[in-house]
Amino acid sequence: MARPERQAPPELFYNESESRKYTTSSRIIHIQAKLTERAMELLALPDDKPKLLLDIGCGSGLSGETLSEKGHHWIGMDISQSMLEVALEREADGDLLLGDIGQGLGLRPGVFDGAISISAVQWLCNADKSCNDPRKRLKCFFTALFHCLARGARAVLQIYPENTAQLELITSAAMRCGFSGGLVVDYPHSSRAKKYFLCLVSGPPSVLPKPKGEDGGSESEDNEIDEDDEEEEDNARTVKFSGRERPAKRSKLEKKNKKGRDWILRKKEQRRKAGHEVPRDTKYTGRKRKARF
Amino acid sequence: MRLLTHNMLSCNIKGVSKGFPLGIEVAKLETKTVEFNPQFLRHSFPKIEWKAFQEAAKTLGVNDLPEQVEPSMLDDDDFLRRFHHALLEIHLEEGDLVCPETGRKFPVAKGIPNMLLNEDEV
Repeated sequence: MARPERQAPPELFYNESESRKYTTSSRIIHIQAKLTERAMELLALPDDKPKLLLDIGCGSGLSGETLSEKGHHWIGMDISQSMLEVALEREADGDLLLGDIGQGLGLRPGVFDGAISISAVQWLCNADKSCNDPRKRLKCFFTALFHCLARGARAVLQIYPENTAQLELITSAAMRCGFSGGLVVDYPHSSRAKKYFLCLVSGPPSVLPKPKGEDGGSESEDNEIDEDDEEEEDNARTVKFSGRERPAKRSKLEKKNKKGRDWILRKKEQRRKAGHEVPRDTKYTGRKRKARF
Repeated sequence: MRLLTHNMLSCNIKGVSKGFPLGIEVAKLETKTVEFNPQFLRHSFPKIEWKAFQEAAKTLGVNDLPEQVEPSMLDDDDFLRRFHHALLEIHLEEGDLVCPETGRKFPVAKGIPNMLLNEDEV
């Protein structure tokens, strides 16, 4: 099948007839539900409590339905009016927003416990208008996403990249905006079932590490561990490296030293040591000339 | 659009430093019953900007929310019910959201706010 991304910008491609498919085709509904299930699995929410989630490119609310089934509240954003209208018809439980994720999200910082996106983010790689720069739009999106997620929250974005360059573009944009995490590829050997999930974590987890000695253990027990042991343990966990630092470029160093009073004084001292006749150092040495000269 | 969403939304126009909270101009409201879930309310309470929430609720005609709140009030069932009603059950169906700094209006139609920006606003 031809890639829809090649045909028209999303707000035009998902017109009424295209959106209609998302209510009538049981195949599409089934695929969307399965993708969302998998995304939720990767999202790995810490407990079963109801959370506030963000659905990016929610479309007709098919993915939202899965979220609602699990008892979460969600807010969905999409650029296609027709798709959102279908979502209204389907009586989606979450709130819907008409917006362009490439323009940022317009959400308050740190409020969402997680975000999912099913087959949406690759649309940002298109430059449909002359003012659209995919890099800028991706940066804008990921920065906004990073801000609106709570610290330690995850975002799982299922994407259909056109080629490896596009995949690299999206991933690197996410990493540059402060996310850590990476790509999970399901069924990598099958060309049909292959699915890319970009799993992103915003910042360190907000769950505090456990304090020591909570279970009544005494302090002296811990002190018995030799310091050398700890060091060895550290070494075992990390990889040693050396000689990574490149020597600073010579030209830069020289430029810094060149010209100026210090440099002149040093040179004069050198000449003196070599036995040459050198004028004495005064307050006029190395002084700047007036502008009129 | 529920007040939960309104509380999360801020104006995204380039150069706007304080785009929160968006003003509300009401044309049509609707009430839909939602399952009461105290666990979710307790979880989302710390994230709500209460002052903005209370004022927005007032514009939508809900006047029984206290001005000052503290986490201990979450044990009060009566308060939780009122909080739940204002946060999740009242929907703004038609109207406008207004940016507090620039006065730009974001129209709300069929409960969906249109947050699309023009090219010169990005």
